[in-house]
Amino acid sequence: MSQLVNSILVLLVLTGFLLLGSSRLAACIRAVAIQGLLLGILAIAVQDGQLSVAGVLFPLISGVVKGLFLPWMLFRAMREAEASREVEPFISYNLSIMAGAVALAVSLWLGQRLKLPSQPPSSLLVPAAFFTSLVGLIVIVSRRKALTQVLGYLALENGVYAFGAAVALELPVLVELGILLDVFVGVFVMGIAIFHIGREFDHIDTDKLASLTDQLR
Amino acid sequence: MMVALLVLIPACAGSVAFFVESDRFRRVLLLSAATAQAALSLATWVVQPTPALGGWLAEDALGRLFETLTSLLFLAASFYAVAYLREERSQSHADFEEGFLFSNAREASFTGCLLFFLAAMTLVTVSQQLALLWVAVEATTLASAPLIYFHRHHRSLEATWKYLLICSVGIALALLGIFFLAVAATKPDGSTIPLVVQELSSRAQQLNVPWFKAAFVLLLVGYGTKMGLAPFHTWLPDAHSEAPSVASALLSGALLNCAFLGILRTQEICVAGGLADFSGRLLLVFGLLSMAVAAVFITGQTDYKRMLAYSSVEHMGILAVGIGLGGTAVFGAMLHVINHSLTKAMLFMVAGNLLAVYRTKNATDVAGALSVLPASGLLWVLGVFAITGSPPFGPFLSEFAILKAALDQGQAFVAIVYLGLLAIIFAAMAAPALAMAQGTPRENVVAPAARSLALSAVPAILGVGVVMMGIYIPAVLTRALREAARFLG
Repeated sequence: MSQLVNSILVLLVLTGFLLLGSSRLAACIRAVAIQGLLLGILAIAVQDGQLSVAGVLFPLISGVVKGLFLPWMLFRAMREAEASREVEPFISYNLSIMAGAVALAVSLWLGQRLKLPSQPPSSLLVPAAFFTSLVGLIVIVSRRKALTQVLGYLALENGVYAFGAAVALELPVLVELGILLDVFVGVFVMGIAIFHIGREFDHIDTDKLASLTDQLR
Repeated sequence: MMVALLVLIPACAGSVAFFVESDRFRRVLLLSAATAQAALSLATWVVQPTPALGGWLAEDALGRLFETLTSLLFLAASFYAVAYLREERSQSHADFEEGFLFSNAREASFTGCLLFFLAAMTLVTVSQQLALLWVAVEATTLASAPLIYFHRHHRSLEATWKYLLICSVGIALALLGIFFLAVAATKPDGSTIPLVVQELSSRAQQLNVPWFKAAFVLLLVGYGTKMGLAPFHTWLPDAHSEAPSVASALLSGALLNCAFLGILRTQEICVAGGLADFSGRLLLVFGLLSMAVAAVFITGQTDYKRMLAYSSVEHMGILAVGIGLGGTAVFGAMLHVINHSLTKAMLFMVAGNLLAVYRTKNATDVAGALSVLPASGLLWVLGVFAITGSPPFGPFLSEFAILKAALDQGQAFVAIVYLGLLAIIFAAMAAPALAMAQGTPRENVVAPAARSLALSAVPAILGVGVVMMGIYIPAVLTRALREAARFLG
C-alpha cells in the first residue's frame, strides 16, 4: 500500500510543478484535474484495508467532481470567455519553478518539524500536502488571468484536502459532503463570474480589474 | 426542530423565490419568510429549542444573541429591499460615474440569494460543530456574491471577483485550521475529541498545545479575512461600496458578525484551555492594526460609501480589541456587536437614499441633504455621530466599556492608542458628513416627488434602536449579554 501512496504523492508534486511551469491554460487545467483524480485515489489508498462504503464512495464523488466535472466547466469558461490560451504570468516561468522549489524545501522542512500524534501512512504525505497548497498560493498571486486564479484556489483546496487525508481525519460524512459542495459551488460561481468578466472586458486579465481604489484628498 | 426550522424557512423560501415570476408574490414571499423567521428566533428566547443533528445544531446564549440580531436586521432589510426594488424598476439605469447604461440582475435571483444568505448566516450562528460552521461561513460567501453583482457593470463585477477570491482563499486557510484543530484533538492513544464547541471546551486541557495554537492562528486569519480585520480587509471597501445599499447593510451589519462568531467559538476553547493570553495578544494586535488602517483610509476619503466600509473595518477592530482584552471588555464587545450592527445598517440604508437622489458617491458633491431629504439627512447626521462614538448613542456606551476595561487592567498603551484612533476617526468622519447635510444643494438636485415610505421608515426604526441602546438597555438584554460573554474570558 505504501508504495502506491508514495507514487501518488510523487505524482502530486509533479502536477504542482506542471501547474507552475506550463504556459498553456489547457495544460494547467489538466494538471489540476489530475490532482483531483489523484486525491480521490489517495483517500482510498490511505485507508489500509478496512474499507467502508462511505470511505470508498466519498473519495469517488470527490474525484469525479474535482477531476472531471470542474475541469470540464473551466474548459467551457475558457472557450466562452474566448481567453487567449496563454497563462500570462507576472513573473517568468523559470522564476515560478524556482518559487516552487523553495516551496518544496519549506514543505519538507515543515513536514519534519511537525510531530503528528499518529504516524501518517507515508512520511511524504504532509510535505506533499503543504507543497500543493503553497503552489496554489503562488499561482493565485503571480498569474494575471481570472481563470488561473481559480486554478490556484483549487490547488490550495486540494492541498488542504490532502492534509486531511494525511492525518486520517474521520470527518463525518455530512461535513465532508458540505466541504465538497462548497468547493463545487464556489468554483461554479467563479466560473460564472469569469464568463461575465470575459463579456464585460473582452479579456479575463485581473490586472485590468483595478478601477476600485481609494481616492483620498 | 425549532433550530432546524430557523435555517429551513429562509432556505426553502429562497429556493422558491428563484422560480416565482410575479413580482408581487415574490416580494410577499420575502417579507413573510423574513417575518416568520424573526418571530421564530424571538420565540427561542421563551422556549429553549432542543438541539438537532445530535447536538451539532443548538442555540447557546452566544449563538442566540447573534442569531436574533441577524434575523431582526434581515427583517428590517427585507422591508427596505422591497421598497428599493420597486423604486429601482422606475429609475434610469445610467451609471452616474461613467454615464454608460447598465442592467440589473433578475429580481428573482436577487431575492433568492438574499434568502439563501439569511439561511447560511443562521446556520453559522446555530452550528456547534466547528467544521459545519466552516461550511456555513463559506456558504455565506457564495450566497452573497451575486448580491454584490446586482448592478451589472464592470466596477461591481470587479468587487464581486475580489470578494469571491479573497474570501475563498481566506476560508481555505480556515479549513486547514479546522484540520489542525482535529489533529490537536487527537490524543496519543488515537482517540479523538469531537469537534463540537462544548466537548472541546470541557476537555480543552487535553488538547495538543502547539497544534492548537497553529490552528487558532489559521482560523483567525481565515475568518479574519471574512470579518474584515486588517491587513486582510482589502475586499471589504470595494464590495461594500459597489453592492446595492441594502446588501451593504446586510454585509456590514450581519455577515461580519457571523465571521466574528467563528473566531469567538475558537476563543471559547482558548479560554477554557488557559490559552487566553496567547489568543488575546493576537486579537489585540489585529484589532489595533485594523483601527489604525481604518483611520488612515477614512481621513480624506471622498467616497462616502467607502468611508462607511472603512468604518466597519474600524469597528471589527474594536470588537477584536474587546475580546483580546478579556474580562469586562468582553461584555462591552458583545454590546458593541449590537450597537455597530444597528448603526451601520441604518447608515448604509440612508447612504442608499442619498445616492438615489444625488446620484454620486463623492461626498464633496453632496450638500444640503437636510433640506432635500429631511428624514434621511437627519438620520445621516445622527448616525455618523453615533458610529463615531458620541453620547448619548449606543456605540458610545460599548466603546467606553472597552476603554474602561483596558484602563482597569492597566493596559495604558492599548487605551491610549485606542482612544487616539477613535478621536482621529471622529474628526475625519464628522466633518465631511456634516458638510453633506448642510449648505445649499446644487441646482440639478431636486427633492423627489414621492418615495416609498419604507426607505426612510426602516432606517428611522433602526435609529430609534441606536438611541435606545444608549439610554436604556433592558434587563433581559443585559442578562443575555452577560451569559454570552461568560465563556469568553
